[in-house]
This record gives sequence, structure tokens and C-alpha cells, in this order.
Amino acid sequence: MNKDLLGLRGVSKEEIEEILSVAGHMKKLLKQGVKKLPNLQGKSVITLFYENSTRTRVSFELASKYMSAVAVNINVQASSVAKGETLIDTGKTLDAMQSDVIIIRHSMSGAPALLAKNVKAHVINAGDGTNEHPTQALLDMLTIEEHYGGFKGLKVAILGDIKHSRVAKSNIFGLTKLGAEVVLYSPATMMPEEIERLGGRRAKSREEALHNADVVMGLRIQLERQQGGLFPTLSEYNKFFGVGERELESAKIDAMIMHPGPVNRGVELSSAVIDADNSFIEDQVLSGVAVRMAILSLLTKK
Amino acid sequence: MYTYVIKNGTVVTDKGLIECDLLIENGRIAKIGKGFTADNIIDASGKHILPGFIDMHVHLRDPGYEYKEDISSGSRAAVKGGFTQIACMPNTKPICDNAAVVGYILKRASEVGLCRVLVIGAATKDEKGEELAEIGKMKEAGIVAVSDDGQPVWDSRIMRLVIEYAGDFGLMVLSHCEDKKLSDGGLVNEGYHSSLAGLKGITRAAEEVMVARDIILAETLKQRVHICHISTKGSVNLVREAKRRGVKVTCETCPHYFGATDEMILNYDPSTKVNPPLREDSDVEAIIEGLKDGTIDAIVTDHAPHHKDEKNIEYALAAFGISGLETSFALSYTKLVKENGLSLLALSKLMSANPAAMLCVEGGSIAEGVKADITVCDLNKEWVVDSSKFLSKGKNTPFNGMKLWGEVVMTIADGRIVYSEGING
Repeated sequence: MNKDLLGLRGVSKEEIEEILSVAGHMKKLLKQGVKKLPNLQGKSVITLFYENSTRTRVSFELASKYMSAVAVNINVQASSVAKGETLIDTGKTLDAMQSDVIIIRHSMSGAPALLAKNVKAHVINAGDGTNEHPTQALLDMLTIEEHYGGFKGLKVAILGDIKHSRVAKSNIFGLTKLGAEVVLYSPATMMPEEIERLGGRRAKSREEALHNADVVMGLRIQLERQQGGLFPTLSEYNKFFGVGERELESAKIDAMIMHPGPVNRGVELSSAVIDADNSFIEDQVLSGVAVRMAILSLLTKK
Repeated sequence: MYTYVIKNGTVVTDKGLIECDLLIENGRIAKIGKGFTADNIIDASGKHILPGFIDMHVHLRDPGYEYKEDISSGSRAAVKGGFTQIACMPNTKPICDNAAVVGYILKRASEVGLCRVLVIGAATKDEKGEELAEIGKMKEAGIVAVSDDGQPVWDSRIMRLVIEYAGDFGLMVLSHCEDKKLSDGGLVNEGYHSSLAGLKGITRAAEEVMVARDIILAETLKQRVHICHISTKGSVNLVREAKRRGVKVTCETCPHYFGATDEMILNYDPSTKVNPPLREDSDVEAIIEGLKDGTIDAIVTDHAPHHKDEKNIEYALAAFGISGLETSFALSYTKLVKENGLSLLALSKLMSANPAAMLCVEGGSIAEGVKADITVCDLNKEWVVDSSKFLSKGKNTPFNGMKLWGEVVMTIADGRIVYSEGING
């Protein structure tokens, strides 16, 4: 692997397969209750979060600790980014403290790339702006692979705020490299430019997006997007763009239901869909720890 | 006074390229021809002699932001780039919206004494777009045009009043066309590359709706309007159609709108961050077409020097702007003349005669009797851009490391040699 994991755009199919293979192994161990591996013994892992997150930060922290690393969390108030210490200075300080891995989440796209350019430590992108969230996509992919045994010919429908979603982008890059089709649906106000050239296919209707889908993934709709005028109300969003049991009938029976969390019940997905038997939302969380263990272990392996 | 001859060069004149010598006397081009004698001879064999370049869109940052650039460093960068006249925009601190600031800039520029610095006054008080600035008093103090550059005059009624009032004083309005609601805090051109990088896009429409508005105002008021730094195919088309209808509109573009595309943003290097943003291939083609067919009147740099600390940070936090004075000619020569078949004479007009005519200032041509504003270039010289060698304080350029053709070897302003490198003089 490269020094850093900044996104799936620049990662090859083979590298993704390697990560998923190691992650699959880690997940088995976790299921057996094994929570002490020596892979990161003597290594220090820093989570440097400029954005609030519980799920991703805890997942990384547990992944580090399960592999015997020294893990330290740093939360930086978003409001102090502009006036506080610069990202490069913070990175250099952490470097001087002999950090081995820095996991960064930042509201600005490209911040992990800037950090990686300026530190010796390995950098893992835990989500940057509207750019990428590679570990989330990899955990989604692990969950899908375990269920279907592969990606070839699968139709993955992603519905929600595509434009502002780093999860959707990393999934497009990753899933299409492994042979799945990614179909996207959202109001035009939340669809990025030239999505087709990124590898996704934009559906003309909700039904077309869901039709025969093997995986249905919802993305969180944030209330601030309504305030920004991108849609009128959450209830109107749900009515025309959300997924309930009736809409789900177009998808394959037993299509996997996924969501990167946290979920807005009754907005992007109905509660019945979220709690259905074929919902993998909790399994995704376990995949998350496994994938992060795999990446930490592969990056720091000599 | 100082008399000398520039010998054996190829001189770019209105009538075409001529092999001849220039006799310079008392700061003027006394004679063009052959067989002049003087104590001092500049041998320009193998070099091209062009009218001194005029950049009608520069940010000198002085007063107020001297850590980015000052009148001295900006002037040195300008003459190294072959410019004998530069017009500086009013977005200083304080804003150049009154005669006192105009006077300060002109005084400092004459103390520095390299190129001529022309001053553009703010169109509205404090560039707020709310009330007219003291355009008349600033005209008395010496401004050559008005602009709120950096800020659009978003209120169409105020823009109308500015155009009318500045017109009374014979001054043209230079308009930074941007609908800020549409650009909405965007960072780069909206398109494939913004989606790929996850950087917030600026739709071309943000520029074009304001270009259209200003054309309509110029047409309605039968007044002149000059559109700053156009960057899109749509803007070129709007100006072309307006000119065809006889609207008194002129426009400019910058080397980075025909010498670069938004593909460069993918590594998140903030040296690529500029407003308007770097666009796509189809826009670059349209800009070049517009330069060739006369739709675009001038090449300017929009020289926007920034401190390293304002650029070596997260893309979203970094300042907009490119330090352009020292690469403008070579980029233009390489991209337009070498690669796209524009004639050297046409390039010269875009960089000298046209800006002089638009700003109604002396200069811009080589003829007997005119001020000796001259730029000597070695067109056969290929060189590599190295921003650490810039004389500007702003090292912010996306062209670092790029190989370019055409180097300025001497700049003469008012007959004085203000820059010389690799040529005896």
C-alpha cells in the first residue's frame, strides 16, 4: 500500500481486494471475541478530528486498541480552524511526537492530502468535506461482499444527498472498480456535476434507481440543506425521494438495506425499512471496526 | 539628455515587423531607420522589440497589505515582466476610493520610478456597492478608470449610476462580473473536476449573468463598459454578440484562462485557486478564439500576490489569486503565438496598444515621436518558471516548473532602462 489512505479514487482494484480480504479475516476474529492482536504493538495512532463524530472516531479508536496500539484522540473545534494553529503546524507537532498514524477528519476537502504532504506519519482520511470517506466505503464493500460473495453484476442504488456526500463518492470509486453498478438518485439540487464521468449512473426516477437493485443505500439528509433551499421540507423530501416499504418493492426481494448512519428515521428511509430483516446497518458498524483494523495493519506493516 | 541607439532588432510596429534601429532621445523614440550613431549602442541582434506592455489589471496591495506586495516590489516584478505601465486596482486598505489614496499611490510610484503606475479608483465608497465614490475628485488626482474589482457592483441601479456618473468624467467602468449568490462560496470551476475533488464549484453562470447585465446596461445607457477577466465560453459569446450589435463593451482575459485548466486543482494545491476559477478545455478554446477574432481586447494579469501563509493551507481557507506579472508574456507567447497561431503583432496589440487606447493613456506603440516605452524580448529563449526567483513578493503561481518560450531581456520606460537581463545595455 501507499504511505497514506486518502481516498479510493487513487487506489487500485487489487489494493481494495487486499484490504477487504484482511478485513474479512479481522471481522471473523472480532465475531469470535478476539480483541487483542499484536499488529500495532509499539505504534501510536492519533485521531485528529476537526468535525464532530462519535461512530467513526470510536471505530478507529477501538480498531487501534484491539491491535495493541497507543491511541490518542484530539478534537479540534471547527470554529478555531481559521484562527488557531495551522493544520501543517499541528501535523508537524504530532510528527515530532513520533506518531505513526494520523487519522484525520476535516470539513474541508483536501485537508488530509495537505497533512499527508507535510508529515512522515501515515495519514488515513476519516472523511474530508465533500471529497471522500474511504473507510466508510470499504466497510460498505466488506458488508456487501460477505453477503453476495462478490461485486460483479450487482446493482447498488444510493439515494439521498449525493452532492454533499463523501460516502457516495468513495462508494462510486470503490464499487465500480470491483465491477458493481452504482445508480444514484436525489433531487437535482443535491446531485453533483457530471456524476456519470465519476462512474455513477444517475437515475431519472426513484423507481428506476430502485428497480432490481441488490443493495439500497440511504444517505443522511441534513436539515441545514433545507435551510439552504435545496428542498422545501423533510416531509416533501421523504414523499418524493425517500424509500419506504412500498418503494422498496421495485428492488430485488431481500435486497440489502444499508446506511452509513446516523439515520434520520422517516426521511431518507422509513423506520420499517431501517428495521427490516434485510437491513445490514448494524453489520456495517462491525465491518467498520474490521476494515479499520485491516487498514491500520496494512499501512504500518513494514 | 541620454541618447542611444537600439540596433539590429526586429521591431514590432503598427505596420508589421521591421528590421531596423531605434534612436532614443530625450525619453522619446526620435527616429526609426538605419545608420544612426550615438555613444551608447544596445545590440538587439536576434531580439524582438515591442511596445512596452501595459497591464490594466494589477493588485499592488499598497497601502495596507504590504506583506503581500508593495509598490516597489510590484514595480520591480512589472518591469521584469516587460510592463512599462500597470494599472492598480483599488482594493487596498484603506480602499482607494478618495483622492488622498490616489495621491499616495502616485507619489510612491514616482519615488520607486520604474514603470508608470496608473491608478484605478473605486466605483463606490469602500467598494460596498452602495454609494458613489468621489469619482470626480479622484479623476483630478489622476485616476484612469473606476472599478470595485474583487467585488461586483451587485445592485444594478448603483451600477447604472456608476456608469453614467463616471461617463461624465470620461472614465470607463471596469466590471468584476460575479453574481455572488450564484458563486455561493464556491472555490473552483463547477464541473467534472470539482466533483472529482469534492471542492465546491462556481457555476459559469455566476460570471455570465453579470456579463449579460453589464452589456445590457451599456447598451441601454449607450455608455462604455469594460468586463474584467472573462473566463468562460459563454462570456466570450455574450461579448462577441454585443460587439456585433454595436454595444460599447470591451473585455480582458488573463493568461491563466487560456494557459491552464481546472484539471490542475486535483492535487488541492491552492496556487490554482483564483477568481474567476480556472475553467475547462472548451472555455480555453473559446478564450483563444475570442483573442484571435478581436472579441477580447486585452490580456491582463489580474496580478494577485499573496503571502505564503495565505496559500500553504487548506484549499477552502486559501486566498484567491495568482501572481502573474512575471509569467504573462511568456505564457501568452507560448500558448497563443507558438501553439495557436496568433501573430506576434496581434499579441502586441492585446498587451500594449489596446489597453492604452481603452485607458486613454499615452504609449502602446512604436513610432517616431512617441514616448520610448519599449520591451525587448528573446523569443527563442525557453525557460522554466521558478517562483522562488520572482521579484514579486507573491510566489503564488500554478505555473511553477512549466517550460515557456519567450523571455523579456530589457524594459525601457520613458527612455530609461528599468530592467535588463542577458543583454548589454
